[in-house]
Amino acid sequence: MRGVARRVALTLFVVWGAATAAFLALHLMPGDPVLTMLGDALPPADRVARIRAELGLDQPLAEQYLAYLGRLVRGDLGRSYQLEAPVASVLGEQVGATAALALSGFGLALVVSVPLALATAGRRPALRRFVTTLELVAISTPSFWIGVLLLSLLSFRLRWFPVAGGDGVPGLVLPAVTLAIGLTGVFSQVLRDGVERALREPFVLSARARGSSEAAVRRAHALRHAAIPLLTLSGWTIGTLLSGAVVVETVFTRQGLGRVLATAIAARDMPVVTGIVVLAAAVFAVLNLVVDLLYQVADPRLAGRASPRPEGVPR
Amino acid sequence: MTAEPTARARSGFRPALWLAYLVLALVVLAAVWPSLVATHPPDAIDLGAPVAGPSPAHLFGTDVLGRDTFSRVVHGARWSLVIGLGATSLALVVGALLGVLSASGPRLLDEAIGRATDILLAFPGLLLALLVVAVLGPGALNATIAIGCSTVPGFVRLARGQALVVRESGYVRAAVVLGHSPARIHARHVLPNAVPPLLVFATVTAGTAIISGSALSFLGLGPKAPTPEWGAMLADGRDFLDTAWALAVFPGLAVTATVVAVNVVGADLRRRFEGSPADGN
Repeated sequence: MRGVARRVALTLFVVWGAATAAFLALHLMPGDPVLTMLGDALPPADRVARIRAELGLDQPLAEQYLAYLGRLVRGDLGRSYQLEAPVASVLGEQVGATAALALSGFGLALVVSVPLALATAGRRPALRRFVTTLELVAISTPSFWIGVLLLSLLSFRLRWFPVAGGDGVPGLVLPAVTLAIGLTGVFSQVLRDGVERALREPFVLSARARGSSEAAVRRAHALRHAAIPLLTLSGWTIGTLLSGAVVVETVFTRQGLGRVLATAIAARDMPVVTGIVVLAAAVFAVLNLVVDLLYQVADPRLAGRASPRPEGVPR
Repeated sequence: MTAEPTARARSGFRPALWLAYLVLALVVLAAVWPSLVATHPPDAIDLGAPVAGPSPAHLFGTDVLGRDTFSRVVHGARWSLVIGLGATSLALVVGALLGVLSASGPRLLDEAIGRATDILLAFPGLLLALLVVAVLGPGALNATIAIGCSTVPGFVRLARGQALVVRESGYVRAAVVLGHSPARIHARHVLPNAVPPLLVFATVTAGTAIISGSALSFLGLGPKAPTPEWGAMLADGRDFLDTAWALAVFPGLAVTATVVAVNVVGADLRRRFEGSPADGN
């Protein structure tokens, strides 16, 4: 239990650190935020001073920092310079679209990579080599190119899918596929590796001795074993889904946190940028904590150890 | 991927590997001496042929301003390599220094560097790079720094672990017994011996850094407008997909071919110098 308390403390620390980094980013940025917000070349000086006082920007930095942390705890992420709305409500409107995209991309990658790994683990050398080559290409291809190609072929040429935006399932298909391709490449590598390792374990031999068929051995025993290394990749996966959303939503001009983030960075709308980044860091830290705890349940040998990262997988 | 290495994959002539080295050599040539390969200057405008498909005059077609896509792709090699490899080198150097400092410095410093690394790792994927670009503003140098920042934590962790191992080794103990100063021991023994695993790790992260660089450019956060960067060219081509497929194909193909080549060559280098079985292919 001490290990769990330590992990929770570390998670809280990391979220605080991310929030502090975001505060520093907000204040280290060159240029006057009030001028950025007003957008005019030369706004009247008294108006600038009034807004500065309203935002508390005339207070000492330490006080601003404490006030910022206090607002953060209450869920107040500040106001957007450009969108004329509280950041929290902007995020609330956009989070659904991004969650739908991330979950469908993730689900699709799992559904495709499991059969690929099972079909090629330790057998069918020709197919296996073909699939490993595909995986390499999938990992090495930038998602924005996949998105542009799919748009070009399936939306503009064949007109099977909407060209831009598009609500509901038809508008979700191409973005989800785009997001899933890179993930599939990594998942199927890691799963096949795990299945191949599991097939050499004694429990597989004993299952075969009991008369299990090859398919049953792979599905019921080896796959379950192979799922654990996949769990250790969860941090990488969440990161890929979140940053993938930025690119994919921009390619497909789709609603969502990612596109709002990309637009806010270009417009230097820092409250939106830091709001999204802090939210993402917090979600990421909590999910990592959950996975770490799950991991100890799944494999008690690992209690009290940080989850290992399989070699050769970039962050 | 150790399970069933076929005989051909293990030894002898491997055409795919040669192809990867060839592609990488061409990309490096294009980056170093683009005018040797390109058929047009990257900014030359052909008013007669905007948004045209491939032709003998314009191998990859032209963009909306009538600029030659092939030549722009050739000139773009430089930017991808500068941003991707620049960010990787930055992460390697800073990571090595901080990691060794963390392993050998006072306990408080070790703790500070360790926690700072934890915080950097809290920003998933590209988000740290995006935050850094938001602060510094767009541009090639800032994109390089941003991607370097998001790559550095892995290097710090690895260098620290490696330095701790090296410090316990026989030759460092011998140097201590011989009365060499700590500074000399670190410069002569600890740092040089902690670096090789970092180089191996760099072969893993370089491909990702190149993709991240062109992704930032695609989002409009990389080098400024007329620069022929592959991601930025794709972003421009995005608006002409109904008329010009070539604009959507070739810059992306260049990124993918480069990254595949970097990954394959990286795996091959790891196999040669580490003697470990290849991960990936």
